[in-house]
Amino acid sequence: MAADTGQQQKADLREPAGWRRAKNRIATALMVLSFILVIIPLGFVLVTVIAKGSSIISWRFLTSDIPPAVLPANFGGMGPAILGTVLITGLATVIAVPLGILGAIYLNEYGGKGPLARFIGFMADVMTGVPSIIMGLFIFSIWVLHFGYSGLAGALALGCLMLPIVIRSTYEMLRLVPDSLREGAYALGSTKSRVTLTVVLPAALAGIVSGALLAVARAAGETAPLLFTILAVMTPNPNIFSGPNTSLPSQIFANATQPYTGAQARGWGAALTLIVIAFILMIAARIVTARFNRYAR
Amino acid sequence: MEEHEQTITNLARPATALERPVSDFPPSQTIFDVRNVAIWYGTFKAVTDVSLSIYENEITAFIGSSGSGKTTVLRSFNRMNDLVPGARVDGEMDYRGEALYGSDVSPTAVRRRIGMVFQKPNPFPKSIYDNVAFGPRVNGERNKGKLNEIVERSLRRAALWDEVKNRLNMSGLSLSGGQAQRLCIARTIAVEPDVVLMDEPASALDPIATGAIEDLMRELKSQYTIIIVTHNMQQATRVSDRTAFFSVLADSENDTRTGVLVEYGRTEQIFQDPQDSRTQAYVTGRMG
Amino acid sequence: MTAAAPADQPVRAGSAGSLSAKRPLGDRVFQVVALAAGLLVLVILVLIAATTTDQAAPWFAKEGISGIFSKTWDISTNHFGALAYIYGSAVTALIAVILSVPVSLGIALLLTEVVPRRFARPIVYVIDLLAVVPSVVWGLWGVLVFAPWIQGIYASIASFFKGVPVLGNLFGPPAQGTVQGTSFFTAGIILAFMITPIISSLSREVIATVPTIDREGAYALGATRLEMIRGVVLPHSQSGIVGAVLLGLGRAVGETIAAALVIGSSAAVTSHLFAPGYNIPAVIANQFGEASGLFRSALLGLGVLLFVFTIIINVVARGVVERSARRQRGA
Repeated sequence: MAADTGQQQKADLREPAGWRRAKNRIATALMVLSFILVIIPLGFVLVTVIAKGSSIISWRFLTSDIPPAVLPANFGGMGPAILGTVLITGLATVIAVPLGILGAIYLNEYGGKGPLARFIGFMADVMTGVPSIIMGLFIFSIWVLHFGYSGLAGALALGCLMLPIVIRSTYEMLRLVPDSLREGAYALGSTKSRVTLTVVLPAALAGIVSGALLAVARAAGETAPLLFTILAVMTPNPNIFSGPNTSLPSQIFANATQPYTGAQARGWGAALTLIVIAFILMIAARIVTARFNRYAR
Repeated sequence: MEEHEQTITNLARPATALERPVSDFPPSQTIFDVRNVAIWYGTFKAVTDVSLSIYENEITAFIGSSGSGKTTVLRSFNRMNDLVPGARVDGEMDYRGEALYGSDVSPTAVRRRIGMVFQKPNPFPKSIYDNVAFGPRVNGERNKGKLNEIVERSLRRAALWDEVKNRLNMSGLSLSGGQAQRLCIARTIAVEPDVVLMDEPASALDPIATGAIEDLMRELKSQYTIIIVTHNMQQATRVSDRTAFFSVLADSENDTRTGVLVEYGRTEQIFQDPQDSRTQAYVTGRMG
Repeated sequence: MTAAAPADQPVRAGSAGSLSAKRPLGDRVFQVVALAAGLLVLVILVLIAATTTDQAAPWFAKEGISGIFSKTWDISTNHFGALAYIYGSAVTALIAVILSVPVSLGIALLLTEVVPRRFARPIVYVIDLLAVVPSVVWGLWGVLVFAPWIQGIYASIASFFKGVPVLGNLFGPPAQGTVQGTSFFTAGIILAFMITPIISSLSREVIATVPTIDREGAYALGATRLEMIRGVVLPHSQSGIVGAVLLGLGRAVGETIAAALVIGSSAAVTSHLFAPGYNIPAVIANQFGEASGLFRSALLGLGVLLFVFTIIINVVARGVVERSARRQRGA
């Protein structure tokens, strides 16, 4: 090694060449070790969830009602929880994604470098760090106290959680759209709103959808915002606008503290279902990104 | 500066019979009338002392070294400078007798009459058809039949129809450089503008594609008024009827460089008999 | 030439008759709507602060500053001091950060300095997978699998450190009761898993802005990779990394469900890390359901404290990250 020959000629007695190389090797080993330290628990969790959950998953499980906790594993299922998760997360998506896209449009297309836009952008990033339980307490204070528990309240809380995430990811995508496209549209006599809606948004659409899917995956897995807004009951409630409801994370949380093996088993099944949903959304996000990048070229 | 001012004053009056070559037609209707225009970006004076007239169905070339303001002036004709914060136009700029920067003038309406083709082709990431149909759709045209007609006509006029007629649904981004630029030209003329501005339209293209664009310009001249910015003097002599030469005024005190219109006249005169020494230096290649 | 238009051409927009069209209503409305959506962020933040503080006001009023930080949290006497929960939040977050930072940095450096591009993708996927696991699943696994298993390990460690002067207070058996799988330390470990993706991906972004020229300069002088990292990469990115760590800390403090399931749910201000404890979001999650009156107000008050803290930490962290990015671009 060049370093070694240099060392031998100017022999620095304080630091033998071998020791430098050794430290370097140790450092690299530590870096690899840190990655392994992360894979191991992740692997354990996934393996455990799959192992314990798959034995209970079945069509019956996915569609049956939630039984009392004491009943053994082969009774009942998580149907209401799945329904609740789909409906509530869906409503939250419908609320948060358009608003988030519009907010990002304001930041990138209209606000530019002005002080208000920079402040809003900064606070949107700060908002992504607000704990999800705060969103639950917020909606509890401002909505549930007046209108009662409902899936809608849960959707509002999840929407507050999703909004800054969608704003940030959409903003990054809009930034990537080259100005030459906008200029071309302006030069044809379009108004700003037209340029944004018919040229900029379609050009950024793949990235925006991908970012939204990831936000949905995050929201689907959240428990804390739902604790004080939907009140985790066990009966199915397709009407998300009135009456308490439930969701997969809520049921997992409830079953995790149960001493009964049946309830715990159902908890694992619900956990597996939830993870599968989150993975599907994540993979869908990647496919969308890859597919549209190919089209645009 | 006396000589310079004299040249500028000369432009304001029609050419006398002694100054005109025999084959010169009288200049047709004035499209743009520019008087004592200076353009600022915030506190930076980008170009100053611009006075000229653009005539209908002619190709006018703006030439000059970089930083001389030719693109800035070009973009002021269709109010694209409005998109830059702090941009301001002093002086008078009339389009067909109406003040282009009047207080109740809508830039959007201006741009529907005065189109622009950019230096680097910028087709939208949409199909070829949708690229050309974009302008008419923006103007409210919804009829499928009419749109088909407009798309075909525009692509024919841009000499692109034969090459793409069987793949109108393919992405505009799949075209080569020269084709993409002709697509942008087709897109621009699809809205039936009055004037087409071109900012170095062939500088990003290879020589063969450049030749095609220049042929296209000569054909389009019969229906549109064209102003092109070019740094290629041969191109200016090949295609343009009139040429405006811009140069840079360096202000060493304030360390600023401001563009200025030096000379404007028929292309043969600018290149064979330039009146200003700076023009002469540029067209004979002594200066950048 | 000027007046006659050829027959096959449509009438063109030649006459300058209507240059002055007014800006269409739709265009103006759209701008207003976009602005409103942007302002929504600020509105929500202000409303959060206002409504939760309003609900927590009775508790603030009754306890006052000293009462809030007292140790007693007693439903029967209607006296709610938050010290135990603040302590628990601090301890678990600190453990999480101490455990996570070296690992996160190791991964970040692995990806930016060691691994060639092709192999970086699977590693990034793994980190994304780590981030996608919902908090409740971490909690379920933590309480049903991890905690029972690690309890045995805690017991061995505790008996080893029994009676040892300083470390015994941390790792030795607790004064009352025994070591538990669901305890401060376990919560810290699970939180560390959860904040590693954030710290590592943000650190990666920061490290990636170090100019390649600087790296090459160090290598050209014969530096080993470790020396280059210590001499060039870390000094360049240290403030950005600090920002990333602060964001991870904020996340650790606010993480609710995993903590609620594995922290032991027993309010205690003790130095023994293997003892059960409680933190702010966990107690809110576990006890809000049955709370009313001043109790509920107290829980909401804890929420306000948590909100204020995370806002401050996030503002500071983002500010630090942005300033380091700006300095990078300027330099």
